Amino acid sequence: MSSESIRTRIWQEEAEPDNAFAAAACHCHGYDVYGDLLIHANWIEYLYLLFRGEAPTPQQVRLLEGLSIALANPGPRDAAVHAAMCGGVGGSTSASCLMAALAVGAGASGGAREVHIAMEEWNARGTDLPRWQAGLVKKPVDDPADVWPAPGHAAGFDPHGVRCTAPVMETLTHLAAVDGAGSLAWLKDNRQLLESSAGLPLAMSGVAAATFMDLGFNPAQGEMLYLLLRLPGAAVHALEQKNYGHKNFPFFRIELEKDLGTDSDMDNPVTVII
Amino acid sequence: MNGPLLLEQYVGRLCTSAGAFFPGERVVFRGKDLHKLLEDMNWLELYLFSITGRKLTSQQVNMVQALWSYTSYPDARIWNNRVAALAGTARSTGTLGIAAALAVSEAKIYGRGIDLRACEFLTRAKIQVDEGADLKEIVQTELNKKRSIAGYGRPLVAADERISPVMALVQKMGLGNGLHLKLAFDVEKILHEGRWRLRLNYAALAAALCADMGMSPIEYYFASIMAFLAGMPPCYLDALDKPEGSLFPLPCRMISYEGVESRRWRKLT
Repeated sequence: MSSESIRTRIWQEEAEPDNAFAAAACHCHGYDVYGDLLIHANWIEYLYLLFRGEAPTPQQVRLLEGLSIALANPGPRDAAVHAAMCGGVGGSTSASCLMAALAVGAGASGGAREVHIAMEEWNARGTDLPRWQAGLVKKPVDDPADVWPAPGHAAGFDPHGVRCTAPVMETLTHLAAVDGAGSLAWLKDNRQLLESSAGLPLAMSGVAAATFMDLGFNPAQGEMLYLLLRLPGAAVHALEQKNYGHKNFPFFRIELEKDLGTDSDMDNPVTVII
Repeated sequence: MNGPLLLEQYVGRLCTSAGAFFPGERVVFRGKDLHKLLEDMNWLELYLFSITGRKLTSQQVNMVQALWSYTSYPDARIWNNRVAALAGTARSTGTLGIAAALAVSEAKIYGRGIDLRACEFLTRAKIQVDEGADLKEIVQTELNKKRSIAGYGRPLVAADERISPVMALVQKMGLGNGLHLKLAFDVEKILHEGRWRLRLNYAALAAALCADMGMSPIEYYFASIMAFLAGMPPCYLDALDKPEGSLFPLPCRMISYEGVESRRWRKLT
């Protein structure tokens, strides 16, 4: 008999009387999952319970539900979805398509790491406008000892944006109108001042970070949820491209900057089209 | 024994022949002392030993190394490499990008999916031919069943630039007399001279060479996992060197919508 065990405050099980490897009852943070939550809770309520350990208020459900819809599909132009589609077109495994979406969507530029950084800034600055303004003008500093490359822009803002896009504005407006959305309401009221300091428009990652703050999540939880909530779009676009096939997927033109294998002039780029 | 009684036997312990780590003392690797083993093994030899449990000859190890090298293409347009490159442009970590790119390399039309199918077919066909079966019939049956034979034909272009350098090395290493290799070219002859007009590609060639080294299909699959690896870091690093998000940016005009017309969702009652 092993004396080792897995410690958890989330999950409790009672074994079937004749099988120690099958659960007869499962409790999540004290709630009976199959006897109670399955019947009375919805997916968003259960998701919140899993992360926070308590049932959400109706306002918290509306916030998380709204954000979940806003994030579910960033669309095929998004780098993470693009990566998932790269799996789809070659007939790669479904898991690898989602792994690709996770690996790329994890990044500090438009990905979950950016949300993590933005939430750390929310923790440090709260709703102190001068502190935000002072922080946003500083360029992120690269730490050569960190596995994460430094983003080239302020977290939560669009590095290539011209103005705050309609989907970001619509999401912010909708979520900020929910009771208890203090960070979101403050972000909505001060958006233009913050954008002016960052020199960039607000991005969806910035709205997500503020929403996670209002939901009481910590940066690690926000990062994890941002990864999870963007997967549905990656999944469906990967499946769709699998059906379209690689011949209908962009392969792009290449301009080789260096080609020592030919007699061509190295100073002139060589264009190779496959 | 099965069910819970079977599982109960395995609770809380690992019974394995793979190896074990004894902190501060030693590491057992497939029954041998890792740190003594490495006195006469390089990393690739160890990797292949880890899969097969056998020590390959230096010619065979060099051949496997060459097979990997010849198919390591640092072109970020190729779908698996593109994943690594997109990770760079999105400022994700190198490990995440490379690991996902390797996972995507397990594809149906290239990479590990093809490798395994090619090796399995050549291994099976060789056994059937040895038992007296007609290779033309084996090929026809395979085509009838699966509509293609892994390792013949190519998704993007017909020619395979890897065949010539691999074959040159095969001759140099004295590995050109294997029976799986001969069979692979016999299959090509049937497919090329028949109505299919298909040429042998790298996948069939590499699978045949490794089968001739005594690798089973599953051993060959594991031996190939990192075949594309060397081409991936340049794709990630090149994207990292350039402005964030600048790799294959897609403007809205590149989305060609073919779905239903715009419509309204039902309103909450």
